[in-house]
Order: sequence, then C-alpha cells, then structure tokens
Amino acid sequence: MTAHIDKSGPFTHAASSVRKTMWTVALALAPATLFDLWLFGWPAILLFAVTLGASLAIEAGCLAAQGKSLDALNDGSVVLTGWLLAMSLPPWAPWWIGVIGAVFAVCLAKHLFGGLGQNVFNPAMVGRVALLVSFPVQMTTWIAPHPLFAAGAPDLAASIGIVFGHAANLDSVSAASALGYVKTELTRGTPVFQAVQHVSGLKDMLLGLRPGSMGETSAVLVLAGGLFLMARRIISWHIPVAVLGALFAMGTLFNGIDPARYANGVFHLVSGASFLGAFFIATDYVTSPVSKRGQLVYGAGIGVLTWVIRTFAGYPEGMAFAVLLMNALTPIIDHHIRPRTFGRTRKGEPLPIKGES
Amino acid sequence: MKLFPVRGGVHPDYRKERTAECAIEAMPMPARLCIPLQQHIGAPAEPLVAEGERVRKGQTLAHSQGALSAPVHAPTSGRIAAITEITAPHPSALPLLTIVLESDGLDEWADLPPPIPDPLSAPPEAIRARVAEAGIVGMGGATFPSAVKLGLGTNHKLDVLVLNGAECEPYLTCDDRVMREHADEVIDGARIMAHALGAPRIVVAIESNKPQALEAMARAASAFADTDVVGVPVQYPMGSERHLTQAVTGRETPARKLTADVGVVVHNVGTARAVHHAVRFGRPLLSRVVTVSGGAIAHAKNVDVPLGTMVSELMAFCGGLAAPVQRLVNGGPMMGQPLPTPEVPVIKGTCGILALVPSETNEHRTEPCIRCGSCVTYCPCGLVPVEMAAFIRKDDLDAAARIGVMDCVSCGSCSYVCPSHIPLVHYFNYAKGSLNAQDRDRRKQSRIKEQAQVHTERIEKQAQAKREAAAAAAAARKAQQQTETNADDRASA
Amino acid sequence: MLIAVGSLAAIGVTLGTLLGVAARYLAVEENPLEAELLALLPGSQCGQCGFVGCAQYAKALAQGEAAVTQCAPGGKAVTEKLARKLGVTADLSGHEDKAPEVAFIDEAFCIGCLRCTQECSTDAIVGASKQMHTVIPDLCHGCAKCFKICPTEAISMRPIPVTLGTWHWDKPGAPAPATALH
Repeated sequence: MTAHIDKSGPFTHAASSVRKTMWTVALALAPATLFDLWLFGWPAILLFAVTLGASLAIEAGCLAAQGKSLDALNDGSVVLTGWLLAMSLPPWAPWWIGVIGAVFAVCLAKHLFGGLGQNVFNPAMVGRVALLVSFPVQMTTWIAPHPLFAAGAPDLAASIGIVFGHAANLDSVSAASALGYVKTELTRGTPVFQAVQHVSGLKDMLLGLRPGSMGETSAVLVLAGGLFLMARRIISWHIPVAVLGALFAMGTLFNGIDPARYANGVFHLVSGASFLGAFFIATDYVTSPVSKRGQLVYGAGIGVLTWVIRTFAGYPEGMAFAVLLMNALTPIIDHHIRPRTFGRTRKGEPLPIKGES
Repeated sequence: MKLFPVRGGVHPDYRKERTAECAIEAMPMPARLCIPLQQHIGAPAEPLVAEGERVRKGQTLAHSQGALSAPVHAPTSGRIAAITEITAPHPSALPLLTIVLESDGLDEWADLPPPIPDPLSAPPEAIRARVAEAGIVGMGGATFPSAVKLGLGTNHKLDVLVLNGAECEPYLTCDDRVMREHADEVIDGARIMAHALGAPRIVVAIESNKPQALEAMARAASAFADTDVVGVPVQYPMGSERHLTQAVTGRETPARKLTADVGVVVHNVGTARAVHHAVRFGRPLLSRVVTVSGGAIAHAKNVDVPLGTMVSELMAFCGGLAAPVQRLVNGGPMMGQPLPTPEVPVIKGTCGILALVPSETNEHRTEPCIRCGSCVTYCPCGLVPVEMAAFIRKDDLDAAARIGVMDCVSCGSCSYVCPSHIPLVHYFNYAKGSLNAQDRDRRKQSRIKEQAQVHTERIEKQAQAKREAAAAAAAARKAQQQTETNADDRASA
Repeated sequence: MLIAVGSLAAIGVTLGTLLGVAARYLAVEENPLEAELLALLPGSQCGQCGFVGCAQYAKALAQGEAAVTQCAPGGKAVTEKLARKLGVTADLSGHEDKAPEVAFIDEAFCIGCLRCTQECSTDAIVGASKQMHTVIPDLCHGCAKCFKICPTEAISMRPIPVTLGTWHWDKPGAPAPATALH
C-alpha cells in the first residue's frame, strides 16, 4: 500500500464549493427574476437571454484566449454576473445594450483584472455604470409593467421588434421610475413629500408593480431571496443590514430636517435597487471585505453614498456608483480592519498578564 | 458551571458512531516491536541496552537525555534484535533510531519501582520524578513530556487543572472509551497531577456529544468536592489547550505564553490514566488506546496497543482493508499527520489510525479564491487566512508573519470550510516551518559572529603579546648594548 | 518658442547646480549601506570572497566593486538578500544550489596536526596536538577552509541533516525535493 504524503491536513472537508455557492445565489435570485420576466413580458425575457448568453460567450472567449480550461464556465460565477447585469437593465432595452454591458462586465471588469477572484470592482455594476454613462437615453427609458399575456403586452413577434428592431418608439409606453420622478419633480419645484404621493403606493412599490429595471421592481421577492441566502449561510447579515440601515438612517434623519427637500427613509428602502443592491450586489464575495467588522463599515459606506448620490447627484439611482466606490475602498478596509488575534490586543501586542504591569 | 464563548470553529461531520460503542480490546502481543527512541518533543532517549540483550517487560530500554526528554520501556519481555533506523511515523518519513524487540511470549515483568504510598501527600518532586521515570508524555498527540508540564506549578501560581476530554477530532473515540471504562483511574490520576501542580481545583471538560463519558466521569468525581465535570459545547477545535482554557475559565492566554501564565494547566485524560498507573503501581507507559477507523478499515475498533506495534499489524488486527486507502492518517482527520506507509510503529502520541477513502476526505482540485471570508469567520485564532496565504504564495513570509501566521495553531478549520479547496493549512505549515528554520539560522549566525569576534580578538591579543614580547626583548637587548657601550666608554675614558 | 526653450534650460541649469552643490555639501561621510550589507553577511571573516573579512567585502559591495555571489558560506540565501538590498539581479546560473553544509572529521584519517583548528575563524574545531579533532556543528558555518587545508583529507563537507525537529512541509505545489521518498 502506498499513501500520498503530498499534502498536510486536514483530511476531511465540508461539502462546500465555489460552484455550489454560486448556484445557491442564482437559486435565491430565481423567484424575483421569474416574477420580473412575467411582469415585463417577452422583451424582458429576450433581453435577459441575450445578456446571459453574451456573458457566457465572452467568458468562454476570454478563457480560451488565456489558454485556460473552459471548465471555469461551470463554476456559475459568470452566469451570476450576466444575471445581475440583466437585472439592472431597463427591461425593454435593445439587445446591444445587453451585449455591450456583458463585454464591460466580463471582459473588462473581470478578466482584465485576472479572472475570478482577482477583480477589484463588481463586474455587473461596472457593466451597468459603463452603459449608464455611455447610453443614458436607453438606460433610463423605463416602461410601466406589461405583464405577459396581459392586454396591451407585446407578443413574441412584436417583442423581437422591440429588442432587435431599430429604435422602437417607446415613448408611448415609457414612464419614470419612482426615484427619477421624484428627482425630476424636485427640479421643477415640487416638494418631495408631494411628489412621493404621486408615485405608486408603498404596497405596489414593494410588490414591484411599478416602472424600473428588473431588479428594482420586486423588493419582496428579492428580500425573500436574501433571507434564503442568510439561512443557507452564503451571506451574513452584516452587509445587508449595514447598507439598508445606513440608507434608512440617512433618509429618516434628513427627512426630519426638511421634508420638502428629502425623501423619507422608507421611500429610500423600497425604491430603486436598495434590496437587490444590499442582498445581492454589495455582498459579492470578491469585491467586499472579508472581516465582519470590515463588512459593516463597507455596507454603511454603500448606504450613505447611495443616499448622497440619490439626493444630490445628477443620477436618480446611486446604488451602482456607491458599490463601485466602496469596492475601491475594500483593500484599504481589509488592511485596517482585522479581527483581533487570539491572545493579542487589537494592536497585535500579546495580551498583558494580570498581575504584571 | 458557567462556560465562556470561544471564537470561530467549525462543526465537521463527527463520524464517531462507528467506534463509540466499541469497548477497548487488547491487541495480542506482536512477535516484534519497534520502539523509536524519540516518541516525544525534545531530545531522543539514549539506549541502555545492547543488541542481543534479554529484557523484561517494563524495563527501561533508553533513558531520557537532557531536561526535555522521556525514556522508553520494553512493552514485553524478549530479546533486543537490533538497534537500527526505521521509517518514522511522520510525513517526512525520515529515518529514526529504533530499538527492535523480539517478544519471547512470556510477558515476564521486570522489577518495577514500588508504588508511591499516599501520593496525595507525597512531595510533588517525587510524583514528577515517577512520571518522568515512567516515560509519560502528552497522550492527546502533542507528546510533550508530562513531568516537565507537571513542574509548571513551581514557578506559576496555578488554580485549575483542566482535564482535556473534549476529543473534538472526528472519528476518534479512544478518550471517550477510556473515560467510560476507566473513569476512576482517570480521576485518581488527575487528583495526583493536581497535587503535583499545586492546583486546588480540577475541571474535567468533555464535549457534550459524549453523554456516557460525562456521566461516568461525574460519578467517579462525585466523591471529590474540588473536582467538577463539565460538558463543553461541541465545537472544533474545543480540544485545543488555549481554547479549552478560555471556554472553561474565560481566561485568554496571551500570545507566546503558556496557559500556566493565566493559572491553568491542561492535561489529557489518557495522560491522567498513565500517571495513575505509574504512581499507584509503578508501571511505566507500555501501551496506549488507539482508535482504528476510516472507511477503508474492515472492522473499526478501539484497541489497547503495545507501543512499537506496526500500524500494518494493527490494521490487520482490525480486519485489514476493505477498500483502497486514499489517506492513511496518524491522529484525527483535522490535525493528524499523513503516514508515508503502514510499516511504521504506533508510538506514545498515536491516538488514532485512520484509513480514509475519497468519499470521506472529499478532496477536490484547488480553485481560485473568491474571497468569501469563510476562513476569517471560522478561524478560532482571529487570523485572516486568505491574506496570509496570499503573502505566502508570493514568498513574502515576513509579511505573513507580521499578520500573525506564527499564531496559527494549524487546526484546519479554514481549509475545512474553504469552498475553493485551497490548502491553507499546508501554506501555514510551510511558512511556520520555514520561518522557524530562518530563526534557527539567524541564531546560529549570530552565535558564529560572536565566536568569530572572540577569535579575532584572541588572535589580535596573541599578536599583541608577541609584539610586546618582541619589543621588550628588543628593549632589553638595547639596554644591555647601552650598558655595554657605556662600560666601554667608561673603560676607554 | 525661444522663451520656452530658454526657461526650461534655465530651470535645468539651476536645478542641476543645486543638486551638484547638495551632493558636495550634504554628502554622508560613512555609507549606511555598508553597515546594512555587513549585517547580512555571515561575519565569520573566512576570507573566501577574496577580501580580508566581511567588512571589506561589504565595503566593496557598497561601492559596486564586488559581485554579490562571492560569499561562499552564505550561499544562495545570502546572495539573494544582498541582491535585493542592492537592487541588482544576481546571476545564480554558475552558482550551484547546495544545502548548507558543516565540516565533519573522519576519525580514521585525523592525525591531530592542529592545522584546521588554526584555520577555523569561529573556533568550531576542538582538539589537541596528536589527538582526534572534532567539529562543533553549531559553530561551523561551512566555509570549508579546514576542508581545503587538511593534509590527510580527513575532513569532508556534509549537508546538515534534516531531523524530525527541523523538517517542515514544502510550499504547496512545489516540486518534490530530491530527497523525497519512494
């Protein structure tokens, strides 16, 4: 009998794997996604398929160009990237938006940084932000929900026209997202508390029956998916609670100071991509800090920055920008915030022995 | 009793059920025993016997050499067949000087030292001397000479002896069985040790997944007011000395210090039983209980094995192999060491022999790190394994040391949970070994530098002395010449 | 155009002059690099680098007059450290990568001539005239001077044996060492 001695222990291993982790996240996203695909009908389904397909094809191309094994396609990470990117696009956007977004996300943000685990910025958010600054019109043309098979919803043929056709005239169906509406109204001098009353009711916002990108319009299902991930211990509570807590705290605080200028905390929580961002985007392993305390700082940073961008900047939704900004700080957070080592003070000195000095 | 929380840790699949109900079986005496001279941390023992000599059971074969060492004894009577080098039961597979004893089948006892009468009032030195003489080392696997550890009471103020019955490693049930079957011996040994240490209190800590052991030990300890038996949470690595100390007393041992510095000494339950035998009956450490398990073993058992028995023979006693072995492990699957071959002896620190099959080891190809942070969350030492491994991969061992790689206890929690199957502990073992080697080199280097300095100065002094002697001689000669000249002058004048 | 060229030239001349003056007046008397290099060297003054002792070699290194590969007892480890300190790439091609060694005296051939004890710069060899000499491995740094001078070839250089106490795991994925087991 010969035994291997090429490896030190341990000689047992938990049933965890990268693949399992990624597919569990995908599973958690599935209910919200299916709901959204139903809500926005065939064009959304086509765009989702195009974005996902493009991401997979680009990943395969990048792997092949680097001479790496195509097995990595299997780990689910690129599916998740494409999926989250598709969730952050306007559901009736033309096909090339999805493809260009996938190029930015997979090729630039992921593979140019060294592939899985090496990227500094969240690939899906790089894709979204690059699209947003390059194609602001297409990226902010929202439509009201047109559920599948409902009256007025485009059928498959019409949908192919919308997604693959030449600049379908969407003006007839376009509508503003809640955050966009409030921002526009504010510039026209309407106080926020009045504008908020004109957007969909809180219940509709939670359920997602309102205009917006796919991921923005199903807060309840996204929340359920997030809680599922926590139950499965894929993510911990630290980042989501910090993001939403900071966002809510900022909203509530400033709303208390000047309700005419600032939307309240609850509005911030249920509008935009707050839940998707807090549970699925900010918690991306690769681009978030590894220590729990670091994650709290990172999450709170995202919450505050999101609020700041939503409130003061030119874009109605700031989650993507906030995530990217905090991604850049992740190495610094990791460097400065570490767990306390057993038997040492926070500064790394051995603990003093009682009785001695 | 109040317990205290311990950071991190994992809950591996325990797989103890296969041997937990197997009563300890005595292994028949093998025809040949290979007794290595180094079965402990410290200097190897020095042989007292010669080839061909006849020895009796319990006779000292090699005595300890230096302050940190332990003697070895003959587990049975017979003839010394050879004193030679055999493969060490160690992943290095280095040769190890070993006494080969051929049993004569008589199992005839040598004259043993007399029992210590009333050990609980005997001087602590007498107990320590007996424990040293009996060759007892830490039986949990650490193999630190127990007599040295029992001497910690002389320069530390101790208040608790924690008896470690946690047995947090999966598969292993040898301590569990010892506690169930020999609770009185363990408690008596513990009381003797507490007396030697000067510790007024004993806490027996057992993971609460061993209810029968808890019950048996509580019954055995019920007569003694100063002895508590507590069930500690099932949380790997609860059996680590520092973590057990924290769980039981709430005291956190400072880095680079001993638990004795916070008033606690931890001994294994098997060690306590060995102390009982040595003190009460004068019997040295001749055998130990080993859990033989793993998917490839036909009949998993707890076996009382004479030290020096070949692992291959022990496995044959357990029905041999029922499946191809992927990993042969000495100890538990988390912190145990792989064995290069089954042709190595069972030694004092062998608490388990595991023949594992692929479905148990669950080994996979290493994938890129996705920075999930599981290793950080589960590290019981509060380290950042992901970052340490990154530094070590880039050969920056000093940076890894700065963020605490030397504080790693190699418990394996990080490797166990890593979804990318990165051999984190292997990286840390490499780094720790390499940094220790560098440190040894540095110490040697500075000693050599000092020596070279001394040498240069001595040479310089010798040269100086020579020069002075020469100068003195020259001066003397000159003076003489001077006097002669003067004399000549006077004479001529 | 002319103004641009002129002003740039003027700036260049001024800064250059300033640097030149600074170099002259602010020059550090003793080269701190020398001390740092000396700390990296074994310090046993064996002289095999061709200089009288380690200090002289360090000085030559600091002035760029010696190669980093000249320290025999230091071996590859010291060469790499020196190269890193000096920011040069060491040419290790001609440098055989051997493990650290210590001298060993074969009793059968030693005639007790004392030459090795005199040669040894760290007093690592003990012995009296006409009696067997012994090397103290802890003090021997493997400079091999005794090996070269021994008239009866009783001295051999042996690699420091790996023991259970000094063995450690290799870096994961590293090729198995030559001493690996079957």
